[in-house]
Amino acid sequence: MTLLLGATTIGLILALLALGVYLSFRVFNFPDITADGSITLGASVTATLLVHHWSPWLATLAGFVAGTIAGMITGVLHTKFKINGLLSGILVMTALYSINLHVMGKSNVPLLNESTLASQIEALGHKLFHTETDLNIFGWAVGVRDAAMLLGMLMLVALLGLVLYLFFRTNLGTAMRATGDNPQMIRALGVSVDFILILGLALSNGLIALSGALLAQYQGFADVQMGIGMVVWGLASVIIGEALVGSNRIGLLITGAVMGSVLFRLLVAIALRWGLNPNDLKLITAAFVFVALIAPAALRKLKSPPKPSAT
Amino acid sequence: MLEISNIAKTFNPGTPNEVRALRGVSLRLEPGSFLIIIGTNGSGKSTLLNAVAGTFITDSGSIKLAGSNITRWSEHQRAKLIGRVFQNPFSGTAPNMSIAENLALAARRGQPRGLGWALNQKLRRGLRDRIRTLNMGLEDRLDNAIGSLSGGQRQALTLLMASWLKPELLLLDEHTAALDPKSADQVIRLTHEIINRDKLTTLMVTHSMQQAVNLGNRIVMMHHGQVLHDLQHAERARARPEDLLRRFDEVRRREQLDATVADMLHRNYV
Repeated sequence: MTLLLGATTIGLILALLALGVYLSFRVFNFPDITADGSITLGASVTATLLVHHWSPWLATLAGFVAGTIAGMITGVLHTKFKINGLLSGILVMTALYSINLHVMGKSNVPLLNESTLASQIEALGHKLFHTETDLNIFGWAVGVRDAAMLLGMLMLVALLGLVLYLFFRTNLGTAMRATGDNPQMIRALGVSVDFILILGLALSNGLIALSGALLAQYQGFADVQMGIGMVVWGLASVIIGEALVGSNRIGLLITGAVMGSVLFRLLVAIALRWGLNPNDLKLITAAFVFVALIAPAALRKLKSPPKPSAT
Repeated sequence: MLEISNIAKTFNPGTPNEVRALRGVSLRLEPGSFLIIIGTNGSGKSTLLNAVAGTFITDSGSIKLAGSNITRWSEHQRAKLIGRVFQNPFSGTAPNMSIAENLALAARRGQPRGLGWALNQKLRRGLRDRIRTLNMGLEDRLDNAIGSLSGGQRQALTLLMASWLKPELLLLDEHTAALDPKSADQVIRLTHEIINRDKLTTLMVTHSMQQAVNLGNRIVMMHHGQVLHDLQHAERARARPEDLLRRFDEVRRREQLDATVADMLHRNYV
């Protein structure tokens, strides 16, 4: 039970990564690899500030802001210096590796006795549930920390998902969606595509860094390696989400990305429990995304009847 | 009022692919005038439209519109003054967004976009009323994705979007060329209605001689990046499709002559 709760909580935290990836890959159709660096950036900035006794809320916010700056730089490289989108992301991601090491001063920052969002939520949980020991839910013994974290993250992700959904219905948000959908049209309607792309990548990487900041506090450390392969992870969640909701409506897609992230994390937790070698995890994730990318076209081919040959 | 003074543009200068697309074009459009541009392929008519729209910055010359010198303005800045309809029906609308959302985007053409709601009840009512005038039954499908509509419907909506806020200049780039004849007729009728109702200053490129003589009050024929003929007033009133076609033939014959003469010179002197 603890395993499932933990997996769900991490799935919810990584749902913010999935939302960021959704924004860059799906809304803008921009393959932004910065994510691998910005999730670690969020974790390292927040963890370092926590060690320096910052308030957890401020430290988390700082992690988010650091991510937005990373996204902005990728956007500027692409729009102002005309560097290929994929390469812009790779450049920033590579640079971030050194920056993360500098921020942390070493490759790993443990958060043992620091006050974090996780410890605050746990304390709140003890107060709310009036117990120092495990909760009894339908006969299962559930740690207060696990239950409180799960509820806390659920509320946070629901709130951020709702904010993102509402944002997409504002004048600025619709302009952002149109920029990804048809840049020529939105330019002809007086919107600077460059500006919107920079803004969108800032928002996307801010969300991803926030995911990293929360992940570091939940697992109790930030590590310079933690971002490797995270783009593909986020993309897998988005793809699962799209399959789950099977719709183009923006609200459903946002919900889908969150559900996809949780479901993917649960599947992975179960597979690992059944003896999957953790070393194979990234290989399997990559293979999964590959299959998910080619499957729709392959299925269409199978469904459509063979063309009659000309006689 | 649009004032184009001696603009020139060379693409890929200094390379084997060098194209002198515009070689000193000057045009002056009075407010409310409707100018049709015709010309052979590669004559520079679409390039002229794109130069005005700001797709690229011209090498020399100046463009003034409604009292502003827009020569150095970027494309999205010029959009404050200019409404556009493209040749490709897919270019003017965002396919994955709804009809209402597309029109809401157009309703703020050239204005700052903040965090206010893109759609509200008042705007939706306004959209519905205007879309009803298209007589395409689209007023009940406001929340459908535009990608599900036909080319003609999308082009009609693009026209509505381009003229939603009355533009100082309307640019139409062969906007019926990709449509079937029936849809093309429908879009041309709509074009006529909107331009007449709002007295829009318009630049329209077309391949159809019929459209050229039926619409507009002035015809310009371009060739080799220059204005070859400029038919106004009485001359324009007399113009028939056959006259225009004859002028095309003249151009073609002159070109053939040029080629033969060049060949002869080459053989005799080189």
